[in-house]
Amino acid sequence: MTRLIASDAIIIALLVTVLGAVLAPVAVRSGRRQWLSLTYAAVYTNFLLVTVSTLALVWALATHDFSISYVAQVGSRATPTFYTIISLWGALEGSIVFWAWVLAMYGAAVVWFNRKRAGNLVPYAAMTMLLVQTFFHILLVGPANPFHLVSPVPMDGPGPNPLLQNHILMGVHPPLLYLGYVGFAVPFAFAIGAMLAGEVNDGDWIRLTRRWTLVAWGFLSAAIIAGMWWSYEVLGWGGYWAWDPVENASFIPWLTATAYLHSVMVQERRGMLKLWNLNLMVGTFVLTILGTFLTRSGIISSVHAFTQGTIGYYFLAFIAVVLVATVALVAGNSEKLGSTGRLDAPLSREVAFLLNNLFLTVFMFTVLVGTLFPLIAEAARGVKVSVGEPFFNRMTLPMMVALLFLMGVGPALPWKRAAGPELKSKLLPGVIVGLLAGAFGIVAGARNPYAVLAFTFAGFAFTVNVGEFVSGARARVAALGESFLVALVRLVAANRRRYGGYVAHLGIVLVAVGVAASSTFKTEREATLKPGETVTLAGHTLRLKAAWGREEAQRSVIGATMELMDGDRVVDVIEPKMNYYPMSQQPVPTPQVRSSLRGDLYLNLMAFREDGSNVTVKVIWEPLVPWIWFGGMVIVLGALIGIWPTSRRGAAAVPQPQDATT
Amino acid sequence: MNWKRAMIAAFTAVPVIGLLAWGLTRDPNNIPSPLPGRQAPAFTLAVFAPGQGDLRRPIGDTVSLAALRGKVVVMNFWASWCLACRDEHEALSTVARQYTGQPVQFLGVLYNDVPDKGRAWIAEMGGQSYPSVDDPGARVAIDYGLYGVPETFFLDAAGRVAYKHTGPVSPGIVRLKVDSLMAAAALQAALDTGKVAPAVDTSLGKAR
Repeated sequence: MTRLIASDAIIIALLVTVLGAVLAPVAVRSGRRQWLSLTYAAVYTNFLLVTVSTLALVWALATHDFSISYVAQVGSRATPTFYTIISLWGALEGSIVFWAWVLAMYGAAVVWFNRKRAGNLVPYAAMTMLLVQTFFHILLVGPANPFHLVSPVPMDGPGPNPLLQNHILMGVHPPLLYLGYVGFAVPFAFAIGAMLAGEVNDGDWIRLTRRWTLVAWGFLSAAIIAGMWWSYEVLGWGGYWAWDPVENASFIPWLTATAYLHSVMVQERRGMLKLWNLNLMVGTFVLTILGTFLTRSGIISSVHAFTQGTIGYYFLAFIAVVLVATVALVAGNSEKLGSTGRLDAPLSREVAFLLNNLFLTVFMFTVLVGTLFPLIAEAARGVKVSVGEPFFNRMTLPMMVALLFLMGVGPALPWKRAAGPELKSKLLPGVIVGLLAGAFGIVAGARNPYAVLAFTFAGFAFTVNVGEFVSGARARVAALGESFLVALVRLVAANRRRYGGYVAHLGIVLVAVGVAASSTFKTEREATLKPGETVTLAGHTLRLKAAWGREEAQRSVIGATMELMDGDRVVDVIEPKMNYYPMSQQPVPTPQVRSSLRGDLYLNLMAFREDGSNVTVKVIWEPLVPWIWFGGMVIVLGALIGIWPTSRRGAAAVPQPQDATT
Repeated sequence: MNWKRAMIAAFTAVPVIGLLAWGLTRDPNNIPSPLPGRQAPAFTLAVFAPGQGDLRRPIGDTVSLAALRGKVVVMNFWASWCLACRDEHEALSTVARQYTGQPVQFLGVLYNDVPDKGRAWIAEMGGQSYPSVDDPGARVAIDYGLYGVPETFFLDAAGRVAYKHTGPVSPGIVRLKVDSLMAAAALQAALDTGKVAPAVDTSLGKAR
């Protein structure tokens, strides 16, 4: 029953999306605009149907309905309910269902918020959303169908992959990632819509699109940081980024979206870079689909790769259609997208944005080529090679520090032309703090030039961005006599996009400092201890109290109780564990991390004697790692500030500073 | 809309699509195995599922590669949690039964699984004609460079790896490999005992 509801809903949704997509151009061309309400109804109906199907699958998972192939594949009666439900995105088919649901939700939201808008942009955008949706429905009916009947019905299933049921962040990272990834379909749909409707040179749609891009960007930023956090907490090697193809697949569109969020301001303010922005917008979407293809088709070997099958060919066909159609549309419209403004001076905010875009794009291409390199090398020379961390680190570190530097310079530069004295007063505090931060890094033991530069530019960028808040608030204090705090809040409220951007900058600075410090000053050691023995690392002394074992419903757990000592006093207890799941003989490490502002004490249980007489633990001291997670939250806060709609009352009551609308 | 520009631009997308299409025909996990042609890694493992009829080996009996010298060995790595293993189960079981009484040993090797689950799986699949051994800690799987399950190794009578098959096998492939290895073994035996004079290539059967 559940199976039929879930699978029939998708089949009907497929028909509905095809019908709705076909109706849109017919209605527009023939002038029968009343038919458009049918297209919009198709968008809403599709959302309803996919929601029903998704809920039915969740219900089947929760009730252990093993007659459904997906449940038989990932379900298990012993798995806790939380992990049972989130196994919706634990394997290929379920993840496509969830993907389709997020896409349907975005589609419904886009149409709902813009349904009253005149012109042909929204009809064509709705059509584009429906066509993308159709592709995912075809996947669900064909190669990624989770609703096959299993007969005879098994009594129990193997449960999710042990790694995917071992940490709470598994419930956080994937949904954020999908919300971000799929969200880029919205600006793509608007871009295609604007080109088909012939409104591409109309500035209005780009303003409309920017907020949607910011939504997707905010989710994707949060997802990337949450993914780093998850791998750090779960995998036991004490790292958070390994340039794995799947990590890269999420990072590549983030880079182009970030570039877009900056360069679109140049278009809004100065009427330049229109074609470039259009390319970034559609390119971001194509890169999300390419990323999905790379990780779902098995074309590139990755630790995250999903099972392989015919799905790769479907994705290839989809990429081919999207790529050819998009490239043709953009090129065909390119003549309309001439600049109406021009650069005035080499030292201006426009130029800072241009450089920012240059670095971000080169960055993107570097990661893309590195990710595709095994494929390219095999095609060109017939050899199996892979590029690992050294390639990515060497190639991308210069761009990272350059971007950090620009992040400090950009906000201080005015549009059009910078005046010397004003610039000096804005940059000087940043230069001083930056040099101090760099010197502090050297004193602390950093010898890698990139690490020293990272500390220097981080200090610089942090000070300049904070300075923008301070000087803006001071101006209000002087002009309106508000208290400083009130002035600060109202300043941000009146210019949300601008100050949201600066908040995001501060978040990036925190992430950069965390990454630079933890990769420069990380120390680790392994020790085999008997109960009562101690190990010391970076000023922390840990004593093994006991090793123990415990049976839980779905797993067995081996743990070591370690006491953090201050002299003879026990300050804290840290318990690294190993979890054994019945379906896998390899244990799942479950490191335990003790966080403080200064850094993380990271303990991983490596081995143990079965009688508990000794254990081997790896102890890692990772300075400033929590700054990365905190920085991620600050980035999201910045995105939230930027997205939040400005209330008309608040905006009108406040005098706008000279360049407020950035 | 400038159609000429659009067409030219569309063609620029072709190489990218071509590269991806070509990539799909490759298996990134199919890392060339150095094993074929070399002596197979030795093992001694205990039977946990006995098999049926004349192919039966009692539970707890140990099977070592050294003791199988002179026989063609078909080693199939499998697990109860492996879905593709269900597809090849019938083929392997049937073909193994057909070779009863001949110098061929079919052997299942359980990978990252527990014997109880393995036995339950065999019962669910309607039995298996040949015995399976347990590989605690996946030591033998590591020696054989296992990438995933199912993988099937065909060993010749001299204990060398002749061929490795990734993914589910078909009955045809199993028969083809086993027949050719048995023929090579018979010819080699005849050469060694002098019943047949070497005609052209004395290294036949010792190839590679």
